[in-house]
Amino acid sequence: MEMLTLECPYCGVQADETELHAGGEAHLTRFGPGSSDADFEAYLFMRENPKGVHFERWRHVNGCGKWFHAARCTMTLEVFGTYPAQTAEPPKKIRDAITAKRPGWTWRELS
Amino acid sequence: MSTRLATGGRLVDRSSDIRFTFNGKSFRGHEGDTLASALLANDQMLVGRSFKYHRPRGVVASGAEEPNALVNLGRDTTHEPNQRATTTELFNGLQATSQNHWPSLDYDIGALNWLFGRFLTAGFYYKTFIHPRPFWKHIYEPFIRQSAGLGRAPDPETRDPDTYEHFYAFVDVVVIGGGVAGLQAAKAAADSGAKVLVMEQTAHWGGRAPVDGGTIDGMAPGGWVNKTVEALEGMENVALRTRSMGAGVYDHGYVLGYERLTDHAPFLKGPRHRLWRIRARQIVTATGAIERPLSFAGNDIPGVMLASAVRDYLVNYGVIAGQRTVVVTNNDDAYRTAIALKQAGLQVPAVIDARQMGGGALMEEAKSLGIRVETGRAIAKVKGGKRVTGVAICAMAGGGAMLEEIKCDAVAMSGGWSPVVHLWSHCGGKLTWDEDHAFFRPDPERAPTSHDGLPFVTVTGSANGEMDLKSVLEDADKAGKSSRKAAGGKPRRFAPPKGESVEEVPLRPVWLMPENAWDDLRMKAWLDYQNDVKVSDVQLAAREGYESVEHTKRYTTLGMATDQGKLSNINGLATLAASLGEEIPQVGTTTFRPPYTPISMGAIAGEARGEIFQPIRKTPIHAWHEKHGAAWEPVGHWRRPYCYPQQGESKHDAVHREVLATRNSLGLLDASTLGKIIVKGPDAGRFLDMLYTNMMSTLKPGRCRYGLMCTENGFLTDDGVVARIDEDTFLCHTTTGGADRIHAHMEEWLQTEWWDWKVYTANATEQFAQIAVVGPNARKLLEKLGGMDVGKDMLPFMAWADGTLAGFPVRVYRISFSGELSYEIAVPANLGRAFWDKIVEAGQEWNITPYGTEALHVMRAEKGFIMIGDETDGTVIPQDLGLHWAISKKKEDYLGKRAQTRSHMADPNRWQLVGLETVDGSVLPDGAYAVAAGKNANGQRNTQGRVTSTYHSPTLGKGIAMGLVHHGPDRMGEIIPFIKDDGETVVEAKIVSPVFFDPEGEKQNV
Amino acid sequence: MSDPVLPLGGAHYEGLADVRETGPQGMIALRGDLSDAGLQEAVTGLTGVPMPDMRGAQVMGESGLLWMSPDELLVLVPYRQAARARAQLAEALQGQHALVENVSDMRAMFRLRGTQVRDVLAKLAPVDFARDALPVGELRRTRFAQVAAGVWLSDDTTAQVFCFRSVAEYMFNLLRTAADPDAFVGFHTG
Repeated sequence: MEMLTLECPYCGVQADETELHAGGEAHLTRFGPGSSDADFEAYLFMRENPKGVHFERWRHVNGCGKWFHAARCTMTLEVFGTYPAQTAEPPKKIRDAITAKRPGWTWRELS
Repeated sequence: MSTRLATGGRLVDRSSDIRFTFNGKSFRGHEGDTLASALLANDQMLVGRSFKYHRPRGVVASGAEEPNALVNLGRDTTHEPNQRATTTELFNGLQATSQNHWPSLDYDIGALNWLFGRFLTAGFYYKTFIHPRPFWKHIYEPFIRQSAGLGRAPDPETRDPDTYEHFYAFVDVVVIGGGVAGLQAAKAAADSGAKVLVMEQTAHWGGRAPVDGGTIDGMAPGGWVNKTVEALEGMENVALRTRSMGAGVYDHGYVLGYERLTDHAPFLKGPRHRLWRIRARQIVTATGAIERPLSFAGNDIPGVMLASAVRDYLVNYGVIAGQRTVVVTNNDDAYRTAIALKQAGLQVPAVIDARQMGGGALMEEAKSLGIRVETGRAIAKVKGGKRVTGVAICAMAGGGAMLEEIKCDAVAMSGGWSPVVHLWSHCGGKLTWDEDHAFFRPDPERAPTSHDGLPFVTVTGSANGEMDLKSVLEDADKAGKSSRKAAGGKPRRFAPPKGESVEEVPLRPVWLMPENAWDDLRMKAWLDYQNDVKVSDVQLAAREGYESVEHTKRYTTLGMATDQGKLSNINGLATLAASLGEEIPQVGTTTFRPPYTPISMGAIAGEARGEIFQPIRKTPIHAWHEKHGAAWEPVGHWRRPYCYPQQGESKHDAVHREVLATRNSLGLLDASTLGKIIVKGPDAGRFLDMLYTNMMSTLKPGRCRYGLMCTENGFLTDDGVVARIDEDTFLCHTTTGGADRIHAHMEEWLQTEWWDWKVYTANATEQFAQIAVVGPNARKLLEKLGGMDVGKDMLPFMAWADGTLAGFPVRVYRISFSGELSYEIAVPANLGRAFWDKIVEAGQEWNITPYGTEALHVMRAEKGFIMIGDETDGTVIPQDLGLHWAISKKKEDYLGKRAQTRSHMADPNRWQLVGLETVDGSVLPDGAYAVAAGKNANGQRNTQGRVTSTYHSPTLGKGIAMGLVHHGPDRMGEIIPFIKDDGETVVEAKIVSPVFFDPEGEKQNV
Repeated sequence: MSDPVLPLGGAHYEGLADVRETGPQGMIALRGDLSDAGLQEAVTGLTGVPMPDMRGAQVMGESGLLWMSPDELLVLVPYRQAARARAQLAEALQGQHALVENVSDMRAMFRLRGTQVRDVLAKLAPVDFARDALPVGELRRTRFAQVAAGVWLSDDTTAQVFCFRSVAEYMFNLLRTAADPDAFVGFHTG
């Protein structure tokens, strides 16, 4: 039983997993009409499946209703930080926090 | 014989008289007894039969680790199987029955299995029941089902009369275990103000210490326990719960606690169990240790018990397993049992010590009491059937040649102790093998970690491998303080209490007794009592190549079922290691999984039963429907009227009547469940253009437009009518099931993709009761209510207007899902029922007829309108449904547009929506497939279409259906064969237009 | 026009806590830029309570402001004044991007009173209800068993709970079950 807690960066609540809705991988780039089949397929279907550092989307559904991002370790469930969803990539503060805990980490083109 | 002594028993109240029954026979016990102690007090040694061989079995242990004394408790509605007699507190009227026997506990036919025991070895089922194949279904499986299973399941027709609940608790430190280690850890953490919760699985504080002796700060352990509990009770920041087991440790400091509130006193009112859902910054597990049995032949005969259990029954309950008890051990601790028995005036013919040199001070004390001690000796086998009659003694070294037989009626065995590391291991804590004590203990370097990456579980006391009072208390004090610190506080510098106990010399690891026991002895040396696994089974598994302990567990069933190997695990894997010629740590343990001991399904469900099993959503008009006999249809969590059968009317007839009344005069529908989402802002039009396949930004204020919504992968996900309220504001209707989902869908895109767009949404679904007034007389009714112009000029089809009707503030939408003249009227929910009543009253002159969801479905199908969830199933795109008119060609983009150009989506061979009419006028079976010539690669008949909606049309007097058919729209008039549920019967249907009724829309445009 | 009808007609139960359905309560959903001075002036002027901080519940009698999210307030006004208050707010926020909607009918409200209130709540929501964790005047949006809900304590022994109207009966039955007088816990009161 996974029973995570994540701090919602919008309302400051240390939310229980049962107050949250998981939304899959973070920082996808949308491909619309005119995009190549390969790009569109990757956008719709291809997902990271890392053992270690991962970036995810969560919604504080039984709460303030906001979507946010979480950086966490899929192995140990350590949470490196949460941050608002209105960003195309993780902020430096989060990346630094990960580097401090997991030197040499990589995720997609990030490290 | 087992009996109760005239004196003694620190936990029982000898002045009390408690009556209970076992297998229908009446017994008496005392308050404070467990069922096990009371049975032993009544010389009921035989308590059950083993799982596989149906061997007679007696009580072995005195706590949660008991593998044998599992009973059925209660009867009828309170019947519960597999309850451990050792943890069942006795109460007046308790009814217990034993398990795994037929026809009776004393004479059990299944015991014949034992005679064939040599064929029922490890993997027997896998090897035997494979061939011949057909035998499995008709012979083997029925036989195995008959004889398998532990206990008896409750009657499925009965309902548990008890209640249960959950409780969410947040603490700095939760301490699991209320022995001296747990209490000291709690005290050390709480002294500086930490919020501490202590859970003890039994009804008593102090654990084993009051039985095992020694002193704490000069006091007897029992005195220190009382003093410490009193101090903790006086602290506001400490909560103490007995009868509460720490069941599991999970991620991020989550702990499940299982509190048994009334099991010991069923006459008490209130919840039976409470599941504590605890979130702790730090977890201290002080769960003690469990004594290991020794593996010698006949170690399962009733009367062979753990030495600590023999001591527990004597000291706690004044109960003895026998008059003459032989103690067999590989360590010093068991001498405490010999000494206690002797001091109570009982006979201890011998202590058999496997160690060549024997033990230390405790051995000397035993000797000084006149107890004979035999060192370097072993039990070759226990004599007896349904109870012990004696033991054969042999040399520890060797195969088991008998040196002497000693008459006795009980055997107290001790193979050393194993720390209870379960909770530490649940969430990933690793173990290390302690060579000196021959046990696994927690490795503090490899602790489970929490959300911050830091350790959050500390194990202390004998659970941490500390086996004497002094180090237990020091360790506990340290654990309390360090957990306080880790939880963000500053511990105070009190010195730990001083524990003193007799010094012990090391044990000798013994995994088989005697060392090289002969085959016939090993075949009777039990490792796992509950699952009937013997030393020989594990050795066989090893020979057959089962090298992994996890595989051996499944192959032999060692350590499975309700006790999960609490007694058998270490002995079993040590046996496996020896067979493989490996070291024990290399073989490792099986995985410890929660719960620690089984918890009730009721506790897991908590309050969720009966009327609050799940939420039932009700509209403001629900009570009216109920009063008028609505047959309900669940739609999501909503209950909607399916139809309103009148006296003596079938549902089918009711639907028929409702459709005709609506088509011919006036119908009424509670449409409150439809989603109503406000979308507002300067970018609202642009946003809705992205969400819907059609153009919404061009809609004029005051007008409505039907729209389709797709997911990004192109599939149709929802539909509904959008009303433009003003330049900046839209109201989007969704399906009943879609309201929350579509609102979430909107927020997701706004928050995570187009966050710079100026759009706000609000889900106002429940603000309004919405009532559809439908039929040729609809306008007359509204005019009768009066207050606003609802004429065709002021309120044409697909327009809306605010106003009042009969004095109610309303918003009227002139929209139709039936093809009739139709108004959907929204009123504030608090006025919904009154407005409905008003309409019903005013509509009498037109025989106003409330209709349910089925009539709604029939009427929309007659008009060829699609229904989300019928015509769509998550694989259907709007183009499949002939909805090209609702897909904007002008828009560059909308959600799903790109996906709809993928090759498979644009494939002309996709099945397309058509109407279907049976040749004989009958109703096509729902979901039926139309077959085509030939077979596919799997040998199944090819198909060319399927039914998505099918009804009897009262309006047309025949069956009508919609379906998706290969090249359907190009095959109008063609007759194709559908197959009924039986897979054979053909129903022929003609492909027609899906609009069966009023194709020109003359009825709604009046 | 008829009088407004509460979802449960003012249901009541007395157990570990006194549970009562309250309302009708005027409610206006306001989404907008909560840091905007004009918006703050409009809502505080309308309700007579100060602007709430994050998660704040500023309530006096039937008027108040509940902080629902970084861009949403629930404005409480007397039920009969809700339509007018909505119009006033919409007027005051003319020219800025905001959503103002009268939602006075879409929720059910319950008041729980008694010394065991925190224990009763803790049976239903995964929330720390200790005094220091959820002080008086702080709103917590969460779930109660299987439905979304909001709760704040208006004083140390009084809790205000709201949920959607359609699940009013479910919520009342939950609260009633949790407040069973024979289901005392004594965790928050010691």
